[in-house]
Amino acid sequence: MLALADFLIIGAILFCLSVAGIFINRKNVIVLLMCIELMLLSVNMNFIAFSHFNGDVAGQVFVFFILTVAAAEAAIGLAILVVLFRNRNSINVEDLDLMKG
Amino acid sequence: MNDFMTVLPEATLTALACLVLIVDVFRRSDAVNVTFWAAVFSVLLVLSQVAIYFPEQSGLAFHGTFVHDPMAAVLKSFMLVVMLLSFFYARDYFQRRGSTQTEFYILALFAGIGMMVLISAHSLLTVYLGLELLSLSLYAMVAMTRDSVEASEAAMKYFVLGALASGMLLYGMSMLYGVAGTLDLGALSGAVADESRHLLFTFGLVFVLIGIAFKLGVAPFHMWVPDVYQGAPTPVTLFLGSAPKLAAFAMAIRVLADGLGALAGEWQTMLVLLAILSMAIGNIVAIAQTNIKRMLAYSTISHMGFLLLGLIAANAIGYAASMFYVIVYAIMSMGAFGAVIMLSGPGQESDRLQDFAGLARRSPWIGFLMMILMFSLAGVPPFAGFWAKWFVLKEVIAAGNAWLAAVAVLFSLIGAFYYLRVIKLMYFDEPESPRAAVGAGEDAHLVFSVNGIAVLLLGFLPGSLMSVCLAAMLVNGG
Repeated sequence: MLALADFLIIGAILFCLSVAGIFINRKNVIVLLMCIELMLLSVNMNFIAFSHFNGDVAGQVFVFFILTVAAAEAAIGLAILVVLFRNRNSINVEDLDLMKG
Repeated sequence: MNDFMTVLPEATLTALACLVLIVDVFRRSDAVNVTFWAAVFSVLLVLSQVAIYFPEQSGLAFHGTFVHDPMAAVLKSFMLVVMLLSFFYARDYFQRRGSTQTEFYILALFAGIGMMVLISAHSLLTVYLGLELLSLSLYAMVAMTRDSVEASEAAMKYFVLGALASGMLLYGMSMLYGVAGTLDLGALSGAVADESRHLLFTFGLVFVLIGIAFKLGVAPFHMWVPDVYQGAPTPVTLFLGSAPKLAAFAMAIRVLADGLGALAGEWQTMLVLLAILSMAIGNIVAIAQTNIKRMLAYSTISHMGFLLLGLIAANAIGYAASMFYVIVYAIMSMGAFGAVIMLSGPGQESDRLQDFAGLARRSPWIGFLMMILMFSLAGVPPFAGFWAKWFVLKEVIAAGNAWLAAVAVLFSLIGAFYYLRVIKLMYFDEPESPRAAVGAGEDAHLVFSVNGIAVLLLGFLPGSLMSVCLAAMLVNGG
């Protein structure tokens, strides 16, 4: 039988992977968007685990809201990506260096 | 009061924002003013509702997820006023460019709903939802001018870092929820009082604090601020540099003071570090800037650091000092970006510092008001910015942190340099090439005058606003 700690460890590993992905990735903005989604899903994992083991439904309700917001966020992120690509003809993270100082 | 009356302003704004959206779809393509006035009347109506239903004490609604208290009402009123003035600035900017874009007003209305929910949040769920509605609207606003390379790059950076911050905040919230077994901030504050679980709560607190610091734009989580301020169209910079600060402050108070008050010992130490770092980075790096929007971005970072000093006192008077600070800051920064809007003409952004050279001779009144704003941002008496710093420093010293007050004053002195440089440019320098007087419209002049004079008046009568803040905070803490 899986314990609460197992779920939390999976959540933590997914969260660390996604943060590492955001900082290490230097090639493609779409991978950044994927990392952001993964991050939200790792949080969902935490919420569901806590909700189950505490016997409280509020956490699962929160997950539904996170899923909805994540969908809206992905839509806006991709829309900005399209605008960026039309202006720059590139979605390389390293090319995002117009402003510095 | 029943639940639906409590959320009347939010519900009205939601309905009106949708209505404005429909009006905007069906208007003639050149009738931009229809949308503009619809948006202005929406804000005015909601503002009057907030004023009419001003609460005496705090009351909860919707199973404790929403709180209606004097602090919320005061912050919402100022947020709506700032939003209203930003509409007039924005109209001037878009009109002189011949742009028929009206997304600004609609997205600002939706961001306004997010801010109002965030200000009144009393559950981790409402904090998250309010914050996301605000952030998603702001991402879209930054990317609004589709053909601008800078704006799309700024929007992408803002989006990625903002989403990262939301993720951190959520991870912290999931930990707090797991340990406390509740999302309600009132119940959470009861659970946190249990000493034996402090370590687990502190783990969650760190992530939540990172999220809040990101949204306030405090160092070392400030990377997005300069790029977004510089890259976004100036009216959007004006909007996102003023109104959301009020909401982010409310979020800090709700989560840290109301929810995690028992952990004050832990978050005070973290806030001291964040505050010192932001004042140092903000004030020192701002000196090297040649773009005024970027300079004001670094100035924001330093001001947000100063704002955190008031929270460190962890009592009602300290919170009231911070609240005074954030309100005054929102008005001042709106004025400063307003001046950049007034100066820029069709087809050209006047966002270099050099564009301000000789302004006092070209347009004496605008130069004079800009001087007031710069003195106020620098914290020179008797302007409003001085009193904001004074009230905060008084609480820092009363809490026994005289050294921290000394550090804050030192960095403010360093910071005064780059504000005074703008005044020197306006009054004593010659422009590179001869330029015409400022060509902004009459209503922009009027709004800018109101804005500058508000800073002047608040400087002479700081007591009235401070007593409002104090009364609101005492109800909140008691």
